[in-house]
Amino acid sequence: MAAATERACGTSPLLPHAWRVAEAWRETGDVVTLALEPAAGDGACDWQPGQFNMLYAFGVGEVPISVSGGTSRRLLHTIREVGPVTRALGALAPGSIVGLRGPFGTAWPLREARGRDLVIAAGGIGLAPLRALIDTVCRERDAFGQVAVLYGTRSPADQLYGPDLDRWRRAGLQVEMTVDHADVDWRGPVGVVTSLVRRVRSDGQRTTAFLCGPEIMMRFMARELEQAGVADSHVWVSLERNMQCATGHCGHCQLGPVFVCADGPVFAWQHVRRLLTVRAL
Amino acid sequence: MKSLEELIGEHPLLAGFAPAHLALVAGCGSNTHYGPGEFLCRAGQPAQHFFLIRRGTVALELEIPGRGPFRFSTVTAGDVVGWSWLIPPYEWQFDARVLEDVSAIRFDGACLRGKCDADPALGYALMKAFAGVLVKRFMETRLQLIDVYGRRD
Ligand SMILES: Cc1cc2nc3c(=O)[nH]c(=O)nc-3n(C[C@H](O)[C@H](O)[C@H](O)COP(=O)(O)OP(=O)(O)OC[C@H]3O[C@@H](n4cnc5c(N)ncnc54)[C@H](O)[C@@H]3O)c2cc1C
Ligand code: FES
Repeated sequence: MAAATERACGTSPLLPHAWRVAEAWRETGDVVTLALEPAAGDGACDWQPGQFNMLYAFGVGEVPISVSGGTSRRLLHTIREVGPVTRALGALAPGSIVGLRGPFGTAWPLREARGRDLVIAAGGIGLAPLRALIDTVCRERDAFGQVAVLYGTRSPADQLYGPDLDRWRRAGLQVEMTVDHADVDWRGPVGVVTSLVRRVRSDGQRTTAFLCGPEIMMRFMARELEQAGVADSHVWVSLERNMQCATGHCGHCQLGPVFVCADGPVFAWQHVRRLLTVRAL
Repeated sequence: MKSLEELIGEHPLLAGFAPAHLALVAGCGSNTHYGPGEFLCRAGQPAQHFFLIRRGTVALELEIPGRGPFRFSTVTAGDVVGWSWLIPPYEWQFDARVLEDVSAIRFDGACLRGKCDADPALGYALMKAFAGVLVKRFMETRLQLIDVYGRRD
């Protein structure tokens, strides 16, 4: 959770606070970004890349959504519409009010990665929790060695943040994208995101990796990186589990000995790799 | 200019090969170039070669009757195209269409098979190298089949 000196998005971590949809735009056919501002006007929320908020669509339900960018007074959340709550959030028009609690969870440990090469790998909507991290890397470009962003989606139409991808390239990042399926008019790479690892120019031994996407994709990606010489202590993943309290009390998000909401969602791969292979955990 | 032996020794497939083996393998290879729209191979044709890609991009496609070509992968520098030369009936299973100018080293399959039969240590080294490529391709195909980014329902 946010440290005591930081401003939370509301007065209590258990009480949804009113935030207004300032803007909403469609990123792809089933993904929407909401820009939220405090409804009361004087609110603010100090978040770090990797953390998430609980967004409440009134009368429908509450779901965890990562902060995908913005500032302390304008939070961006990028939402893939998969079920009732995410669809309700995706349908909100500017001016609508959502309930918001947070920020919760651990952040990407970027400070510890200073001076190292970075591989930032995302699958599908997994680019959202990484976007603010990549923006920070761009702002502090000199603090890192080679930086590669590897991004895989199902099809070209599912690729998020086109302008950002261009901007990251201009900032000197190696941005590699691939799609699982495409017709022959598509000029870019076809293949799973793990196949992009062989294009990375960084040195495995000096590399820190940040991964976010479907669990199975992260497992394969971590394996591929290990083969490229990246130590599992330098691989970080963001996990998803169903959540309710988001404060480490209800146990809904329990994964063996850890609570994803409080101990994560960002974990060192070496601490969770075994847990993810235990059936039904 | 680098010799063929040096070039193939730099390719990930053959990195770590003993110099004597590299010399044997190089004896079956030649430098080639292909322009956009050309094919390295076409499904159904005899698989007499395989290719180590040094530059450029190649799309691997299957022709689906009634639907046209389906692109299942693209390969680029550091990749390998073709293992059908290793396994009977030595026939290509897909089309390899050049998207961006390709520089590759093309190997004569029959020549290499002959050398592998005569030198089992070379044969084992080459088999291990190709097994690695095949396992990787299998894993990637499985991931594509699972459709990891699809809905969970
Ligand atoms: C820490 C954390 C951060 C998250 N950040 C984001 C984010 O930035 N953007 C975002 O879009 N989502 C994010 N999620 C996932 C999001 O919380 C879920 O998609 C959401 O809870 C689904 O709620 P629902 O009521 O709309 O659908 P549900 O009724 O819960 O699910 C509907 C159907 O979709 C399936 N489903 C549920 N979740 C997913 C999923 N993640 N991917 C594919 N299928 C799914 C379910 O199995 C079910 O079949 C995050 C989750 C966690 C734990
Ligand atoms: S959601 Fe309640 S403990 Fe994590």
